[in-house]
Amino acid sequence: MNIFQDANRKQIADRRRTDWLLHILFVVATSIGVIALCALIIDILIDGISRLQPDLFTNFPSRKADGSGMKSALVGTIYMLLIMAPVSFIFGVGAAIYLEEYAKKGRFTRLIQLNISTLAGVPSIVYGILGLALFVRLLALDRSLIAGALTMTLLVLPIIIVSAQEAIRAVPKSRRDASFALGATKWQTVSRSVMPSALPGVLTGVILAMSRAIGETAPLVMIGALTYVAFLPNGITDSFTVIPIQVYNWLSKPQLEFKELAASGIIVLLVLLLLMNFSAILLRNKYQKNV
Amino acid sequence: MLKKKSFKGILMLSMIAVLVFAAACGNNANGGNTNTGTATNAPTNNAATNDPAEEEVKLSGEIKVDGSSTVFPLTEAAAEEFNKEHPDVRVPVGVSGTGGGFKQFCAGEIAIADASRPIKDEEATACKDAGVEYTELTVAFDGLSVVVSKDNDFIDHLTVEELNKIFVTGSTVATWKDVRDTFPAEPIVMFSPGADSGTYDYFNEAILDKAGIRNDKAISFSEDDNALVQGVSGSKFGIGYFGFAYYEENQDKLKVVPVDGGTGAITPSNETIKDGTYAPLSRPLLIYVNNKELERPEVKEFAKYYINNIGALAGEVGYVALPDEQYAAEAAKIQ
Repeated sequence: MNIFQDANRKQIADRRRTDWLLHILFVVATSIGVIALCALIIDILIDGISRLQPDLFTNFPSRKADGSGMKSALVGTIYMLLIMAPVSFIFGVGAAIYLEEYAKKGRFTRLIQLNISTLAGVPSIVYGILGLALFVRLLALDRSLIAGALTMTLLVLPIIIVSAQEAIRAVPKSRRDASFALGATKWQTVSRSVMPSALPGVLTGVILAMSRAIGETAPLVMIGALTYVAFLPNGITDSFTVIPIQVYNWLSKPQLEFKELAASGIIVLLVLLLLMNFSAILLRNKYQKNV
Repeated sequence: MLKKKSFKGILMLSMIAVLVFAAACGNNANGGNTNTGTATNAPTNNAATNDPAEEEVKLSGEIKVDGSSTVFPLTEAAAEEFNKEHPDVRVPVGVSGTGGGFKQFCAGEIAIADASRPIKDEEATACKDAGVEYTELTVAFDGLSVVVSKDNDFIDHLTVEELNKIFVTGSTVATWKDVRDTFPAEPIVMFSPGADSGTYDYFNEAILDKAGIRNDKAISFSEDDNALVQGVSGSKFGIGYFGFAYYEENQDKLKVVPVDGGTGAITPSNETIKDGTYAPLSRPLLIYVNNKELERPEVKEFAKYYINNIGALAGEVGYVALPDEQYAAEAAKIQ
C-alpha cells in the first residue's frame, strides 16, 4: 500500500514538472514575438521620434534631410487604399458569395478553390510581374496609381475571398433554411440573412488584407512606382509613390539623417496599420452586437 | 432589419466610392490633358511672334525619368531645384537601374534615362528599331577611392593588378606580403560595398574584369558606407573602397591609395577625376534625352536647367562636376 502510494506521488510530481516545463516553453514561445515587436518599435521610436514633425507630412521629399517629407508617399498610400478597398471588397466578397452560396459543389468549384488557396500563398513579387505585364503594358495604364492599386487588388483578392468564404460558411445552415422556408429567393436569403451575420468576419478579413497591402513594396517596385515624386497625384492615371518605397529610398541614402527620416516613416506606417486593425476590431464588435 | 441595412449600406457605400473615384479621375485626366495642351501651344505662339518674354511662359506637364540609382541623386537634386522655378512641371524619378531605364527609354515610356555607363550597342539598336532618337548628355563624374587606415605606413600606391589580386573571387591573398614582397606579413582585412550597390558593380567592372568579388571570412560587406569608413579606419591592415565623396568627408580618418592604371600612380582628386587621368576608377555619369520629348518646352527647359546647374549641385550629392567648358559643350547639344 505504502509503496504504491509513493510511486503514485512520484508520478504526479513528474507530471506536474512536465506541465510546468511546457508552460514555461509556451510562455517563451509567445513572448518571442512580443519581445521582437517591442524591440523593433522601441528601436524605431528612438531613431525616428525626433523627425516626427509637421514637416514630415507637409513637405515633399528632398535631397536634403532637413525639410524632407513624405507628403506624396502618404497621400499615395491613402489614394491607393481608397481605390483598392471598394474594388477588392466587391470582387472578393462577390466571389466568396458565389463560391459558397451559388456554385454547385463539383470538380470545377474545387479546382477554383484550389487555385484561390494557391494564389493566396504566391509571393508578392509575382503579382508585381503580372501587374507589369497586364496593367502597365497590355492595358497601357502606365506606371499609374490605378495600375498600382489594381495590382495590389490582385494581391489581396485571394486573401479576402478565403476569409470571406470562411465567414459565410460559419453562418448556420438553419438560418438559410428559415429564410427559404419563408419563400425568400437566393439573393434575398444571401443579402438579408447570411451576409449580415457573416459581415463582421468578412470586414475583418478585408481590413486585414488592406493592411497587408499598404506594407507591400515588392509588387510596386516591379510595376515601377517611382522613388522621387514631388507632387500629389491628380487622378488615377498619375504617377505616385507609397510609404514603403519612400522609406526604402531614404534608407539607401548615405547620410545618417535620412535613417532617422526612414524610422519616422516606419512609425507613420505602423500607426496607419494599427489604426486599420483597430477599426477592424471596432467594426467587428459593432456588427456582432447586431446579430 | 438592422442587419439587412448594414450590409446593403456597406455595399452601396463601396459602390458609390468607386463611382465617385471614377468620376473624379475622369475629370482630372481631362484637366491634365488640357494643361499639357496649353503648355505645348504657348511656346509655339511665342516663337512665332518672337516674343522675348520666354521666361514668363508657365510651363507644365510631366517629364518621366528613370534609370541608374547612381545618377538618381543628381536628377533628384536637379528636379527639386527645377521645381522651385517651375512648380507645375512634374518630374517623377525612378530607379530601375541603368539597363531597366534604357529598356523603358527605348520603348518611349520615359523622356529621360539616367545612366551610369554609355548606352550599349544592343540598347542603341533597340532604340533605333523603335524609332527613338536621343541626345546623350554627360552630367558629372563619379570617382571611386581605394582607402586604407591612417595608421598604414607601408602603402604608397597599388596597381590595378594588385587590387585585382586582393579582391577578385577565389583570391588566395591572405597577407599584405602576398600582394607585394615589401609589405609586412600581416593579414589583410577587406571591406566592400554589398553586391546590390552600383559602387560594387563599377569596381567589379573596372578592377575585377567582371569576375566578381571574393567572399570569405577576410572580407566584410556593408550597404552602409559609414560602416565601411569605420571598418577601414579602425583596422591598421584594412583596405576598402567607396565613392570619392565619402573619402573627402572622412579625410581625417582615412588615407587614400593612389592607383596605377598603367600610366603611373594617380591620387584621386577633383582635378584628376575631372580630366580623366584617374583611370580606370573614374567614370562619367550621363543622361539620355528622347529627341521627340525634347521638343516639348518643359523637357527642353529641364534639360537645359540640368546641364546649367548640375555643376553646382554635383558636389553636394557626392559627385565631381565637369569642367565648365564641357558643360557649355553639353548645353550646346540641346540648343
